Amino acid sequence: MSEQPHVVTRLIKGFGRFWWDFLVGDTPELFVAALVIIASTALLSETGHFNDAAIVVLPALAVLALAASLLRAVRTSRRK
Amino acid sequence: MFVAITASSGTIVLVGAVFLASCVEMVEALTIVLAVGHTRGWRSAFEGTGVALLVLAALVAGFGPALVHVPIGTLRLVVGGVLLIFGMQWLRKSILRATGLKAKHDEDAIYEETVATLRAAGDTPGRDRIAFVLAFKGVFLEGLEVIILVITLGTSAHRLGLAAAVAALAVVLVGLCGVVVAKQLSSVPENALKMSVGVLLVTYGTFWTGEGLHVRWPGGDTMLLGLAVLYAVVTWLFVLVVRRVVSSGNQLANA
Repeated sequence: MSEQPHVVTRLIKGFGRFWWDFLVGDTPELFVAALVIIASTALLSETGHFNDAAIVVLPALAVLALAASLLRAVRTSRRK
Repeated sequence: MFVAITASSGTIVLVGAVFLASCVEMVEALTIVLAVGHTRGWRSAFEGTGVALLVLAALVAGFGPALVHVPIGTLRLVVGGVLLIFGMQWLRKSILRATGLKAKHDEDAIYEETVATLRAAGDTPGRDRIAFVLAFKGVFLEGLEVIILVITLGTSAHRLGLAAAVAALAVVLVGLCGVVVAKQLSSVPENALKMSVGVLLVTYGTFWTGEGLHVRWPGGDTMLLGLAVLYAVVTWLFVLVVRRVVSSGNQLANA
C-alpha cells in the first residue's frame, strides 16, 4: 500500500521531466522566444487586427530567436 | 485546381515532416536495440522492443481520438507553439553540428557506449532485465517523440491516419535497413535529415501558431511551401555565417 504514492509520484516527476527536457532542455531562450512570438502575434492579430503585420512578424521573430540562440551557443563555445 | 494544389502542398510537407522525423528517431532507437541484441542476445532486445511498441500503441489509441474533440483553433495554437520550440531546437542543433561547434551524433559511439554499459553490468541469472530495460527505454523514448509528432501534426492537419501510416512506413524501412546494414547506421546522413526536419517543424509551427491566432495566410496551405523555402534559405545562411565566425575565431586564437 505504501508503495502506491511513491510510484505515482515517480510517474508524475518522470512525466514532468520529459516535457521539461522536451520543451526547455538546454535552450530556455527558445522556449521564452516561442512565448514572445505567440504573445506578439496574438496582439497583432487578435486585438490589433493587423493581419499583414502578423504574417511578417511571426516568421521574422522565429528567425531572430534562432539567430539569438546561435549567437549564445557561439559565445559559450568561445568561453570554453 | 487551386484547392488541389493547396491540399497537395500541405500533404507533401506533412508527409515529409513525419517521414524524416520518424526516420531520425528510429535510427537512434535501432542503434540501441542492435547493441543490446549483439551483446546480450536477441530475445531480451526483441522483448524490450515489443513491450515498448505495445505501450506506445496504447498511448496512441488513448490520446489520439481524444485530441480530435479539442477545438481545432486551440489545438493548432498549442501544437504550433510546441512545434515551433521543437523545430527551432532541432535547427539550432543541426546548424551547430554542421559548423563543427557541436559534435555530430555518432551512431558508432552510441553503439560502443551501450555495449560497454551492458558488458560492465555482467551476466544476470534468469531473464536479462538490464538488456530488456535498455531496449525498452531506447524504443519507448525515441518512439514517444515520433508519437507526439504524429499525433500533433496528424490531428491538426485532419490527417492522423496518413501521418500514422507514414510513420509506420518509416519505422519498417529503418528496421529493414537495420537488418541489412547491421551496425553501419553511422552512414545515415543524420544531421542533414535532422536539418530538413527542423525546417519542416518550424514551418508547421509558424503556420499553425498563426492559424490558432486567426492569422489569414496568403494562399492558405500553399504558404507552407513558402515558409519552408524561407526557413531553408535562412538555415543555409546561418550555417555559412556561423562557419565564418568559427573560422575567424580559430584564426585569432592561432595568431
